[in-house]
Amino acid sequence: MDYRIALVQVAPRLGDLEANLELAADRIRAADREGAQLVCFPELALSGYLLQDLVPEVALRADDPRLGALSRVVAGMAVAVGFVEETDAHRYCNSLALLRDGELLGLHRKVYLPTYGLFDEGRFTSAGDRIRTTAVGAPLGRIGLSICEDFWHPSLPMLQALDGASLLVNVAAGPARAPGSAAGTAAIAGWHKMQDTYALLGTVAVAFCNRVGNEEGLTFWGGSRLLAADGSLVAEAPLYEEALVVGTLETDDLRVQRYALPLLADERLELTRRELDRIITERAGLPPPEGPMDAPARHSAGGRAAGERA
Amino acid sequence: MTAAIAPPLPAIEAGQAVEVIVGFIRAQLAQTGFRRTVIALSGGVDSATVAFLCARAVEADDLLTVRMPYLTSSPASETDALRVVEALGCRSERVEITPMVAPMLELIGRGDSAAERVRRGNVMARQRMIVLYDRSVTFDALVVGTSNKTEALLGYGTLHGDMACAFAPIGDLYKSQLRAIAVELGVPPQIVEKAPSADLWPGQTDEAELGASYELLDRVLYALVDRRWSVARCVAAGLDRAVVEAVAQRVARNEFKRQTPPVAKISLRTPGIDHLYPRRRPGSRRS
Repeated sequence: MDYRIALVQVAPRLGDLEANLELAADRIRAADREGAQLVCFPELALSGYLLQDLVPEVALRADDPRLGALSRVVAGMAVAVGFVEETDAHRYCNSLALLRDGELLGLHRKVYLPTYGLFDEGRFTSAGDRIRTTAVGAPLGRIGLSICEDFWHPSLPMLQALDGASLLVNVAAGPARAPGSAAGTAAIAGWHKMQDTYALLGTVAVAFCNRVGNEEGLTFWGGSRLLAADGSLVAEAPLYEEALVVGTLETDDLRVQRYALPLLADERLELTRRELDRIITERAGLPPPEGPMDAPARHSAGGRAAGERA
Repeated sequence: MTAAIAPPLPAIEAGQAVEVIVGFIRAQLAQTGFRRTVIALSGGVDSATVAFLCARAVEADDLLTVRMPYLTSSPASETDALRVVEALGCRSERVEITPMVAPMLELIGRGDSAAERVRRGNVMARQRMIVLYDRSVTFDALVVGTSNKTEALLGYGTLHGDMACAFAPIGDLYKSQLRAIAVELGVPPQIVEKAPSADLWPGQTDEAELGASYELLDRVLYALVDRRWSVARCVAAGLDRAVVEAVAQRVARNEFKRQTPPVAKISLRTPGIDHLYPRRRPGSRRS
């Protein structure tokens, strides 16, 4: 079954919530004219990126009626939009909401906040602590939401693929570094490699929506992409320019791909968990866990317990 | 293991760099509510390149270039500056600073030692800043900076003089990278090819003053700053120890020129320390 996804590559206005809500509503209508069933906006599309102490001023609660209203602009259309979220505990998170017809289907709080080099996110926002997938109904089933830096940690997309996602949506505010040099080209190529790899290894479709425009000295590079579950490129937006690109996923491709390449089915989660437990213990400097799992001689190569099949 | 060769400065794909910089200039103007730009045009490749970049971002009529020669300035510099004006069809003005600078030097004292030359150069650079900021009011424009990354890192510029600006479009480009940008933009070849000079006294060249060629300085800076190499690694890779050490020291010694002055923390919330906002936000744009 065909499923149409729009990637809206916009330049939000820094700190101007009302203007950005208006911009988003306008683009939702444009995506509807293109027949999209899901429309994705970039990271912090409702607030802009370099907020610093503006964070509390532009924050919304996840149940804010303005978010609901945005998802009712077009009936039946799912909207993924980035915003600053104020939680019940007054934490401020860099969040991505997935809404439809006024209902909040899912919410992801950015887990990995880059606070190095040109990034200072951990100074102003709190990290999320959940990696989940969101049920959206047929034909997609479940979507894994993530935000920018989250994709630089492969555990996150792979967990979402294992948790049943047929589509990974990663939204970004990626600033260009060294544009016009080999290093700049390599930085963008790095993003492409990640997306291609997650599609291939997760046997999952990938939608990447990056913003454009300028804030202070930063230029955001755009280049949004939609990949099918076999890693093939379905749609791509230009670099640096505002754009709305739409692509169609054939959801039966997922069934075919997962039979042809049953990586998720073969994944040995119990083994992964045992080794993770060991690594966590060792990194914390604690004594090694006791028990037979620690003895390498007992590991039967190629053997697979029935319970280990995903 | 053979010693690594010091990395050359990466080649710039000028078209993409120009696209990013022109977008940056447009955004700076849009975010502040200005339409016009004003720059000091020396006749050198930096200010010529910035003029060409501005001419891509705004109408020629919205770009004012100001030539501000001093008694000792080379007439060839002004000829080159006029080539830029002619190529762009932008607005142009000439304000000679000799009648402003000469009496000031008489009043505050003058000499002819090397230190005095630097001091005179600073007075000239600051006088030009005063004229330029005055024109930013009369022309209703933002002052666009013409400093490059090499100058910023080496501190080869005058605080509150040529370093003063509203934004710096070429501030992250090394001098040796600027040539490719200038060629891409169509800056006249006479300007691209001549020896860089601050033109503060006759015969002055940057490279004689800095003690090494821009090509070498930029290679050292690129290794130390962009690649985060240690001095030892630079030397092991074949870069001249004396130059590497002098450059590293200059970068450190001039850190103050690249930052806003520290504020003594007294209150609960202090601008620049824990009162942190982007320069442009709702309410910051002039109406």
